[in-house]
Amino acid sequence: MAQGPSQPPVVGSRWVLAREQFDTLLDSFRDHGYEVLGPTVRDGAIVYGRIEEVHDLPVGWTDRQEAGSYRLERRDDPALFGYNVGPHSWKKYLFPSRERLFTARREGPSFRVSTEPTEEGPKAYLGVRACEIAAIRIQDRVFTGGPEVDPGYAGRRTRALVVAAQCTQAASSCFCVSMGTGPEVEDGFDLVLTELVGEGPHRFVIEVGTPAGASVLAGVPLVPASPVDLAKVSERLQRTRHAMGRSLEANGIRELLLGRLDHEEWEKVGARCVACTNCTMVCPTCFCHSTEEVPDLAGSRVERWRRWDSCFNLAFSELHGGSVRTSVPSRYRQWMVHKLATWYDQFGSSGCVGCGRCIAWCPVGIDITEEAERVRLPSAPTSRGGRP
Amino acid sequence: MSTDREPSPSADGIPLAPSPFTVRERAAETADTVTLTLDPLTGDRPAPFLPGQFNMLSVLGAGEVAISISGDPARPDELVHTVRSLGLSTQAIGRLSPGSTVAVRGPYGRGWPLEAAWGRDVVLVAGGIGIAPLRPLLYALLRERARFGRLEVIYGARSPQDLVYYRQLQEWRARSNARFQVTVDAAGRDWYGDVGVVTQRIPDCRFDGRNTVAFLCGPEIMMRLSAEALEGRGVRPEAIWLSMERNMRCGVGFCGHCQFGPYLLCRDGPVLPYRELRPLLRVREL
Ligand SMILES: Cc1cc2nc3c(=O)[nH]c(=O)nc-3n(C[C@H](O)[C@H](O)[C@H](O)COP(=O)(O)OP(=O)(O)OC[C@H]3O[C@@H](n4cnc5c(N)ncnc54)[C@H](O)[C@@H]3O)c2cc1C
Ligand code: SF4
Ligand code: SF4
Repeated sequence: MAQGPSQPPVVGSRWVLAREQFDTLLDSFRDHGYEVLGPTVRDGAIVYGRIEEVHDLPVGWTDRQEAGSYRLERRDDPALFGYNVGPHSWKKYLFPSRERLFTARREGPSFRVSTEPTEEGPKAYLGVRACEIAAIRIQDRVFTGGPEVDPGYAGRRTRALVVAAQCTQAASSCFCVSMGTGPEVEDGFDLVLTELVGEGPHRFVIEVGTPAGASVLAGVPLVPASPVDLAKVSERLQRTRHAMGRSLEANGIRELLLGRLDHEEWEKVGARCVACTNCTMVCPTCFCHSTEEVPDLAGSRVERWRRWDSCFNLAFSELHGGSVRTSVPSRYRQWMVHKLATWYDQFGSSGCVGCGRCIAWCPVGIDITEEAERVRLPSAPTSRGGRP
Repeated sequence: MSTDREPSPSADGIPLAPSPFTVRERAAETADTVTLTLDPLTGDRPAPFLPGQFNMLSVLGAGEVAISISGDPARPDELVHTVRSLGLSTQAIGRLSPGSTVAVRGPYGRGWPLEAAWGRDVVLVAGGIGIAPLRPLLYALLRERARFGRLEVIYGARSPQDLVYYRQLQEWRARSNARFQVTVDAAGRDWYGDVGVVTQRIPDCRFDGRNTVAFLCGPEIMMRLSAEALEGRGVRPEAIWLSMERNMRCGVGFCGHCQFGPYLLCRDGPVLPYRELRPLLRVREL
């Protein structure tokens, strides 16, 4: 059947890959030196890990998400990308939870600082969603958008091939439409796949986003996408757009929240929140971290590491032996106001992409969209904002 | 990082990597505070800095902390830090003696807007170790004494034993055209100076409120009450500058610890105008 382009296809062109040929695509990634990372089922969730062959993908699984709950269910078709987002995000790879910044070795009265050259090769991130591309771009601005550039992040970012997957369904926790980040992958990808399953042969429409994406396709058995295929892609995306489980009024949210730092809802939500930090760990944009130093026993070598931290930890705001944000309400407020309001001041965009992870993975089912609505309602006066 | 000056290039091009410095001189200021003069061990001269900027300091293995540069900006070859020992990291710095090694990176942050002082009366209010980031400003101001009007310096500490730079302040008081008011929260009979908080000294200050610029550093509550008192005397909120403090881990806007509302204090501050800070300072646990 498909002969496939022997030359790399042009950027912007669209092709169809048959499901039976999916392993050829995975092989081609590897032939081009990429390690493939993508969705896989582990411990009852779809997480990101190494993908060797198509059966490592969550074949025939979907995720059902609600406030405080996430579970996998069988689909009635063998879709490979028939789910939305799990507890992992690509920050797992781009901004690892623990990373050595440098090693300092004592040299006489002085010391010398070094980093080990990275052994990491290029990676193909398979199945990146629109909201996740938006999240990666947000972290790009944090780690590479200022005058100081984080070289570890920047290096991993340039070695990553973004192979996106269009969402052909939405979870009940999704609200990317409200945040303007999805469901359609429009840019920021090397390749984007749309899975067509259930109508005609199981296949993927692949759009080429960059020359790097194009070169991987050389030799992969593809046929040009037909107008019917393309119409189906638009129709799926349209359907997803209308299937959003949640919404958040993002217009004016910054001003609203900054004007309501004394709202009674902070006390109420803070009474429910158990400060477990889950929401910050699963959030694809949360970047806060701490540093720690690991000296060896002889004292001749010290490593400085950084690790994910969370504004829900009491020690996060430590100052002079105490903490600034001792109460849980103040920590929830810090998190949500940062996500939806002060992120604009700091990095020029919202810090929330509407992926819904924090909603599903909150053990007590706190829902950021619901909280935004509650803060919108007028409040009785509280002592939280005002001081005597 | 600084938008005013480039930070010193980090060792071997590794970002966030500190450079080795050695302690040239150690002066005990009080029981828990030392002033260290540092020399680079790598041969490069310390980077020039602006009053109000800070470095990240660490005794490797004991953790890294933000410490203001407290020396004379006209003598950038002399890197001076005054450190009060609190937790592990600052205690380790406090124990350093001449010849010991300390890891330094910076300078970071936006400092005091010195030019805002020209042609005006100037008020400095310092509380406790808050005098450290104000001292470079004082050096710079005294060097350009003719360019502005009155100079009022208010400095408060817990007790006479907690006063930092005491000798130098007395010297300046004696020979500079500035008024120094030093006050302590509590004192024994051998203290002849003022007793009370710094805000109580503001009514006594001589300045033309509408044409005054004020620079404040100290505990948040002290800065808030002082700013209110200054405002009460007609100083415009945009002419009152505060050096804010939060936990800082990276100094370059990556770690998220130093958020104060919309600000990343390491990058946007630590010095910010009271006009912007005023509503935020009223919010509990921000
Ligand atoms: C802009 C700015 C300027 C400042 N200027 C001055 C100044 O001029 N003089 C001054 O005295 N203070 C200054 N400070 C305050 C000073 O930074 C704090 O007092 C200091 O951070 C607290 O030190 P500590 O010893 O109590 O910290 P610690 O309790 O030792 O902790 C400091 C941080 O390092 C971590 N830490 C502790 N030990 C280790 C370890 N072994 N390994 C890894 N991490 C560790 C802790 O978790 C903590 O968050 C300034 C602060 C700011 C923000
Ligand atoms: S705040 Fe919640 S919904 Fe928004 S990006 Fe983070 S995890 Fe997703
Ligand atoms: S909001 Fe939920 S997930 Fe986040 S810290 Fe609180 S309890 Fe944990």
